[in-house]
Amino acid sequence: MDQEVINSYIPLFKDAFLLTVKIGWLGIALAFLLGIVCAFILYFKIPVAKTVVRCYVELFRNTPLLVQLFFIYYGLPAVGISISAEVCGVVGLGLLGGSYMTESIRSGLEAIPVIQTESALSLGMTNGQLFKNVILPQAFTISVPGIVANVIFLLKETSVFSAISLMDLMFTAKDLIGLYYNTMESLFLLVIFYVIMLLPVSLAGTFIEKKVRFKMFGD
Amino acid sequence: MGFEVIFKGKNFIRLLSGLGVALRISVISVAISIALGIVIGMLMTLKKPVINAVTRVYLEIVRIMPQMVLLFIVFFGFTKMTGSNLSAELSSIIVFSFWGTAEMADLVRGCMISIPVIQYESSKALGLTRLQTYIYVIIPQIVRRLIPLSINLITRMIKTTSLIMMIGIVEVLKVAQQIIEANRKSAPKAAFGVFAAVFLLYFLACWPISCLSKYLEKKWEN
Repeated sequence: MDQEVINSYIPLFKDAFLLTVKIGWLGIALAFLLGIVCAFILYFKIPVAKTVVRCYVELFRNTPLLVQLFFIYYGLPAVGISISAEVCGVVGLGLLGGSYMTESIRSGLEAIPVIQTESALSLGMTNGQLFKNVILPQAFTISVPGIVANVIFLLKETSVFSAISLMDLMFTAKDLIGLYYNTMESLFLLVIFYVIMLLPVSLAGTFIEKKVRFKMFGD
Repeated sequence: MGFEVIFKGKNFIRLLSGLGVALRISVISVAISIALGIVIGMLMTLKKPVINAVTRVYLEIVRIMPQMVLLFIVFFGFTKMTGSNLSAELSSIIVFSFWGTAEMADLVRGCMISIPVIQYESSKALGLTRLQTYIYVIIPQIVRRLIPLSINLITRMIKTTSLIMMIGIVEVLKVAQQIIEANRKSAPKAAFGVFAAVFLLYFLACWPISCLSKYLEKKWEN
């Protein structure tokens, strides 16, 4: 490997890295919001909305992100809905992630035994108090491992953005390999930047999981 | 809306055979992953420091490296390093097996350590030999927990194989692009219909498998 080649590539990879991180985290934020809304719709069994959410979750959990992005980026413009590649990346990641987040958050909410809700209500708690003091703290603890796994999964999925011509890390690496044939240097930097992006998240995730575990009741 | 293009000529058959390529690669990779994953997962429960360290590093690599990056490393890097030619299909099988084995090993390990120690001790107290303990007590429980999870792995594998398009294998997405390009003049809206069809095809391939996994999980819960 050539040190000089690597040095000259670093700025290119840095830009791509920032773009990937930006789109990745925006997508995850969207996914999280979507997940919370959908999970509550399922939890409260709101008619019609419940069916819509269930179809959405099944549809997006059972298809690959690459296919979803192709549909949004190349398919929708044919019927008059066209959006930029960056927005498409955020929306695509958000929709995919939303379906995974919904499942994680919902399973947390549903893991709280009904008896706790009933006891809280019979103690005279309002619905707000019930949620704030009884359900949410426990549900959150149960959901955390799932949410952490989803965040890591979604950050990894950002690697398919190159398919919709976003200048992300994969795109840059592929481009440089094609242009100058410095395969090893490009791949080396690609791996390094993905490690920078994901290792802290992975370690932080393990830490958070350990941190919240003690809050579990009766376990 | 461009749906008519799908049924023009042999287009639908071509899309299906494209999906077939992806499915074939995922079936081979899943088979390898399950076999190797069970062995490695069992090794991980042995509590040997060296094995533990190696498998921890292996799992962490798979956990943080996107499959696309691994594909690039094997497909471009290996070729460059050794100067030999590795076909795209073989490199994708290598990568997906590498990834799947780690996932499977983690599942196996999780199931193995979820069996309480008390069951081993009780079997011993009842006079069962080690082999009998495994055959009659431990393995039936592990299998019941493991089967839904490994079926789930199959759907994830199918979804991941959509990436093989990026290293030039002609699978369903690539075929879809070709169909759209070929009909660019006669059906300018084909992109919507064809990609919607691909979307549905993937859904139809994965959804029944996820349902089966969920059903078995519920059925064997206790």
